[in-house]
Formats: sequence, structure tokens, C-alpha cells
Amino acid sequence: MVKGYDYSQLSAVSRRRFLKSAAAAGALAVSSSSGILPAFAQDVIPKKGGHFKIGVGSGSTSDSLDPATYYESFMYIFGHSLNGYLTEMDPNGNLVGELAESWEPSKDAKTWTFQLRKGVEFHNGKSLDADDVIASINHHRGDQSKSGVKDLLKTVQDIRSDGPARVVVSLTEGNVDFPYLMEHYQLAIMPAKDGKADNSGVGCGGYVLDGIDFGVKATAKRFSNYWKPNAAWFDSIEVLAIHDVAARTNALTTGQIHAMDRCDLKTVHLLQRNRGLELTSISGTQHYVFPMFVDVAPFDNVDVRLALKYAINRQQLLDTLLSGYGQLGNDHPIATSNRFFAKNLPQREYDPEKAKFHLKKAGHSDLKVQYHASDAAYTGAVDAAVLYQQDAAKAGITIDVVREPADGYYDNVWMKKPWSANYWGGRPTADWMFSTAYAAGAAWNETHWKNPRFNELLIAARSELADAKRLEMYTEMQGLCRDDGGAIIPVFANYVNAMSTKVGHNKIGSNWDLDSFRCAERWWFTDV
Amino acid sequence: MKPIAKIIGQRVAFGALTLWIVSLIIFAGVQLLPGDIATELLGQSATPETVAALRKSLGLDVPAYLRYFDWLSSMLHGNFGTALSNGRDIAELIKPRLYNTLLLAASAAAISVPLALVGGIVAALYRNTFVDRAINVVTLASISFPEFFVAYILILFLAVHAGILPSLSDVDSTTSVLDRLIAMALPALTLAVVVMAHMLRMTRTSIINLLGNQYIETARLKGLPEWRVLVRHALPNALAPIATVIVLNLAYLITGVVVVEVVFVYPGLGQLIVDSVQKRDIPVVQACSLIFAATYILLNLTSDVLSIVMNPRLMHPK
Repeated sequence: MVKGYDYSQLSAVSRRRFLKSAAAAGALAVSSSSGILPAFAQDVIPKKGGHFKIGVGSGSTSDSLDPATYYESFMYIFGHSLNGYLTEMDPNGNLVGELAESWEPSKDAKTWTFQLRKGVEFHNGKSLDADDVIASINHHRGDQSKSGVKDLLKTVQDIRSDGPARVVVSLTEGNVDFPYLMEHYQLAIMPAKDGKADNSGVGCGGYVLDGIDFGVKATAKRFSNYWKPNAAWFDSIEVLAIHDVAARTNALTTGQIHAMDRCDLKTVHLLQRNRGLELTSISGTQHYVFPMFVDVAPFDNVDVRLALKYAINRQQLLDTLLSGYGQLGNDHPIATSNRFFAKNLPQREYDPEKAKFHLKKAGHSDLKVQYHASDAAYTGAVDAAVLYQQDAAKAGITIDVVREPADGYYDNVWMKKPWSANYWGGRPTADWMFSTAYAAGAAWNETHWKNPRFNELLIAARSELADAKRLEMYTEMQGLCRDDGGAIIPVFANYVNAMSTKVGHNKIGSNWDLDSFRCAERWWFTDV
Repeated sequence: MKPIAKIIGQRVAFGALTLWIVSLIIFAGVQLLPGDIATELLGQSATPETVAALRKSLGLDVPAYLRYFDWLSSMLHGNFGTALSNGRDIAELIKPRLYNTLLLAASAAAISVPLALVGGIVAALYRNTFVDRAINVVTLASISFPEFFVAYILILFLAVHAGILPSLSDVDSTTSVLDRLIAMALPALTLAVVVMAHMLRMTRTSIINLLGNQYIETARLKGLPEWRVLVRHALPNALAPIATVIVLNLAYLITGVVVVEVVFVYPGLGQLIVDSVQKRDIPVVQACSLIFAATYILLNLTSDVLSIVMNPRLMHPK
């Protein structure tokens, strides 16, 4: 049985006292290495109060409060303030229970039983029970669903209650990582009304909806009956949509907002000089991809793919495009922070000679290919393509960079042209990432890659309960991706955010920007 | 019928015709955009299945010409319809934004029009002197810089260094008048700087053009001081072209301020139309475009009427 997070024992005051007394006794090293204590760096008592303003580089007039339509960080952050989720990724990358106190799989990992937390109240006064959870998940399923997570939930066969505080989910195939899906930002738990989820913005999160002007700003006030102790410190919060990064930076430096996401990496070193600001750079799961269709010439030849993989200067991309705020990629999508990251896989380096060798092996003396890029994929995608063009020229490869319009990029270019730019945000588990974009038949298999061994391992690992065995399998899969797959993954980009030094925080989560979108719940003001 | 009423009637009729043609162009234009709301809303997470479901639920599977007539008839009934992306009433969506946009345009005009007129007269009065040249250089420089640059310079000095004005124009329906004026100060100043040069130069040129006329000579011979010659004798005859330029700039202030809205995060109509184009929220795009077109037509009408009223020869044709 997997135990959830016991919030009552994590009182900040007691933690502080414990740290102090432990340090006095000279036993700090022992107690923190025992793994009981989260690795908190700060020795301060969080305080209640204040109006917290967050500036984010997204938000659109077309947003809505329905979690099925949440799109981009504006609604993700606000959604995490209004709503509770069954599970939560803690700052150390461990999955803990939020609305689910604990969960238990059947032997084949096909049936999952979630035990719900008692005493959780929605903003409208309703108590959380199994029907709410069932209605909320079903909200994303079925033929009528317009939800982005519909595909993720397609293996769900049936959801039923077992008493008011237990939810039983049956899957068509075993999935050891199923509880991880339940922390997805769209799977907010809404109160059930006549068997349907009420998607009007009533949640059971730490803040109650106060007002929202879509594409402009959203405000919420602290929920007085919030069940989680030591969370949601602010009296009220405000999320502002500030698309222009210079405007965001100005607002932060002039004190009009307290935190911002997506700093401008070109000027972030200047921002660092400001003593009133704190910069956070968290390495997470976000990475940039150059996916090729492996069933289209010339990419159908594995040696051509290898030549292209050796022809990219990863270090240069990391230094120039990301100003060093990132990690090198090894042509597979698993981040170093993932527990199944293949540590022993050698890092692929820029090597024009090896690229030439593979090109020759593929029967080409030189190669001319088209690469389609747009900054819609990620900021700097076109610059990255031009840098790559220069590197590849030294290996006898001519890359013709086709600059595509940002408007409609994901509709007309990505997965339509044989080689185009893309990025992937956080997927907390290896299985989730692989099943999303690398499995045969996946809707977003952007490389059309169908490696039989890989797909066999993917299914086997999904229902394998022994971690050591899974590590072995995932390591092999990362190797296959790296040496046979169609994706060039040169860099992982950090989440670079900035905040006022008035804002207190503990260790910052690495799932997404701004403490895995939970800044409103986890942070506090030190000067109130 | 009085000629002026007849002229206005004609102009209004032409305006309505233009508006109808514009509505056709708008509708055809948005049909030509690649993709539709279903693919844009779902973005990277679009699969053929979810796209089809969304498209059907939004009524996008109906032929285009039927949707046009449907839209036109409801527009004529004053019904803007509902936004595709979130089902909200478009009139409700547009109202606060339009109000913000008009208020910003009015503030910018309130700063720039008097300054431009006074500046233009001063430049004409002291033509070819140091004062005239200084005014010319400053206004030409400000019109040559792109808007966002002017905005950033103003932010740097007035918000970041001096800290007297906010760089974010955070306004909503609960903001008080005074707070609103403070919040709008920087965007209004930016716009004023950008549009002032055009009006100022026009004022100066129109006045100087008239100075060669004989009645000006007469006025001077009467012994009137130069400023009085300019203001009493030259300016009234120069007003027609100046009014045209002012009205054109007003139209620009309402319809062309997207960049300034983005830099100051001001919730006006420009941001709404950009969002809606990106998300292919066609009814909103159409409604906004129509409002912009109507603004242009209305203001042009005003400028025509003003030039007629200010010109006795047109007012009383033989």
C-alpha cells in the first residue's frame, strides 16, 4: 500500500524547531539523510497574509474555467489555486496523495483503488466524496469530450465507487504509473451535480474564485475551510497575463508583480544584479526536439539519422540559445531528474567526422534536407535551426531552414512536414513520455517510429512492479531511442523564473514553471 | 433639402455600403485563415477525433455562405452572438474592452491634440528659427521610432528609474477614476508622442501655406501682431486639413494600438482581436473588425463634414 503525504506532521513550526534542536545536537546530518525531512533550505516560519501577484507569459481571451479546456500556464497556475487533485508531485519529485490519502493497485496493476481524504470541503460547502471524483474524471471521457487528456484516459475501462470514500478504477491494461496521471493539471476534482461535474470554477483548492477576466487577470481569495494545513498563505492572489517578456520583467522590477515565469534568457544575467529579486533555475522535463519521419527518405535510413544526430553541436546550443540554463540532451526524452534516467548511456557529442562516416555508410556523399522551424515551437527555434545549419555544414550536410509562420504552426507544419521543430513540457514518468510520443500508434508519434523491441518493452515495463527490472527496461528503451529513434533531442531547458526577495519558499518543484504551478499554495510573504 | 443635410445623407449611405462590403471581406478573410478554432484551441494536443468533436459542437460543419447570412442577420438585429471558444456573449466581451480602448484614445488625444496645435502655431510663428527646428527635430524623431521603443524609453525613465508611474496598466471595472488615469498615463503618453508629430507638422505647414495670401498681407499692414495674424486670420482657413489629420489620427488611436496594449498589458480591443485571430474565434474577430471598420467610416464621415462646415465656399455653393 502506498502511503500518501501526511500533511499534519509537516507543520512548519515543528519542522523549524526540530531543525534547530537537531542542529544544536549536532545531529542534523543524520536526521536529514534519513530521508524523513524534505530538503528545506530556509529556516523561516511561513506567514499568512498579503496579496500575491503572479505575471505569466500566457493567457487568452478564449480561456475558460472548464478544466477540460485549460491551456497554458495562466490557467494551469490559476487552476492549481482553485482546485485539488487526487495526487501531487512533491518538490522532491515524489508522488504524494493530495485528495487521495492512499492508493493500491491489484497484482496486475489493472485495478487501482484510491482511498479519499476525509474532511475535504468544496468552496460551495459540499464535502468531497467518491461521486465527485468519478464525475470529474468522466468529464474528460466519452465521445463528446473535447478534453486534451481524453487520449490519456482511453485505457480507463470503468470507474466506480466502493463506499463514499473509495474510488476503484479498472484499466484495459496494467499501468504501474497510473496514479501519476491523476496529478495532471487538467484532472482537477470538481463537485458533482446531478451526476455531472460542475465546471463553473468551484474547486476544493486553497483559494476561492473571486473574479476572472480571461486573457487579462484572475483573482482568488483564501478558502477559510481549506483542509491542507501549512499551505495557501496569501490572503488573496492575482494571476496577470503579461505576454511581453520585457513588460513582465519591468513589472517585476518595479514591484507591480511578485513573481514571473519564462525570464528572457538573453538578459537574465542583468536581472540577477537586482538585489530585490531572486532568480530560480530548475532543471525539469522540458526539452526541445527535432523530430524526423523515420518512414520518409532520407530519414528512413538509420545512418542518416545518426549522421544528423552527430552533426548538432549540443553544447553550443546550450550556451547560446539557453545561456547555459539547461542540460544536454542525449536524443531520448527522459530527464536526469527521472528515477529511470539511464546514467550509463554515454553523452552524444558533436562529431562531424562520425557524421560523415555514417553519411557515407548510408550511401550519401553529401546530404540536402529541409528543416521547418518557427518560434511557435519554442523561443529561439529558428535561431537553433540556423546554428544547427552551420554545424552540419562542416559534416557535409546542407540543412535548408524553412521559416514557418507561428500562426497555425501546430496545425500546418508539426507532424505534417517530415522534419520540423517541437518541444515537450513535463511528463512526470518515463512511461507517460514514451507512450505519448514514441509508442507505435500513439496520436503524437511525431517520428512515425515503430521499433518492435521498444514497443514490447514499453508494454512490459508498464505493468512491471519491480523497480530494478523497470530501470533495466527503461535504460534499454532510452538507448533504442538514442541510437535508432527519429528524434534529435539536443537540450533540456530549465524553468527560469524570477521573484521578489519578499517571497519565501521551500525547495521548488521541478515539474513545471513556478514551483510546478503551485506557487500560490506553497509560497508566502516574509514581510507581512 | 439643405445641401449640407444632403451631403451628410449621401455620406452615411456610402458608409453603410462600405460597411457591408467590409463585412463580406472580413467574412471571406477569416475563412481563408489556415486551420480553425478546433485545431487552434487544442493546439499540440489535437487529435482528429477531438477536433471533429469540437468542430461539430461549435457548428463549424455548416457551409460558409449559410453562416454568413446567419451572422449578418443577427448583426442587423444587434446580436453579436457568442464566442466560439468559451460560449460567452460577445457584446459582454467587447463592451469593457471597447470602453478601455476609447478611454485610452481619448486621453492620448487630450494630451496630443492641444500640444500639436500649440506646437504647430509656435513653429509657424517662429518659422525657420531655432525654436521651429527644435520642435521639428523632436517630433520627427518621435515619429520615426517604433511605438514599442518609445514605450520602453518612457518605462525606463518614468517607471523603473523615477518610479512615479506604473509600467503595467492594470485597470478593471472597479478601478477608480484617479487610479485609472495614473494607470493609463504611460500608454497615453506613448501614443500622444507617436501621433503628435503628424498633426503638428500639418498645422505648421497649413498655416505657413496661407501666409503668402493677400488677406494675410492686409492683416499685417493693418498693424496686427504676428501671433494675431496667425490665430485669427490664418488658422481658421487652415482648420480643414488639420481636422482631417486629427480625425485620421484618432482613428489610428482606436484601431492601431495593439503594440502599445501589449507593452503595457492594457486590456483593450487590440489584444482581444489578436487573441481571437490566433484562436480562430471567428465571431469575435468579425465583431471586432466590424467595430474597427465602423469607427474608421464614422470618423472619416466626421472629417468630411467638418471640412465642409469650416469652408464657407462648400457650405454655400452657388
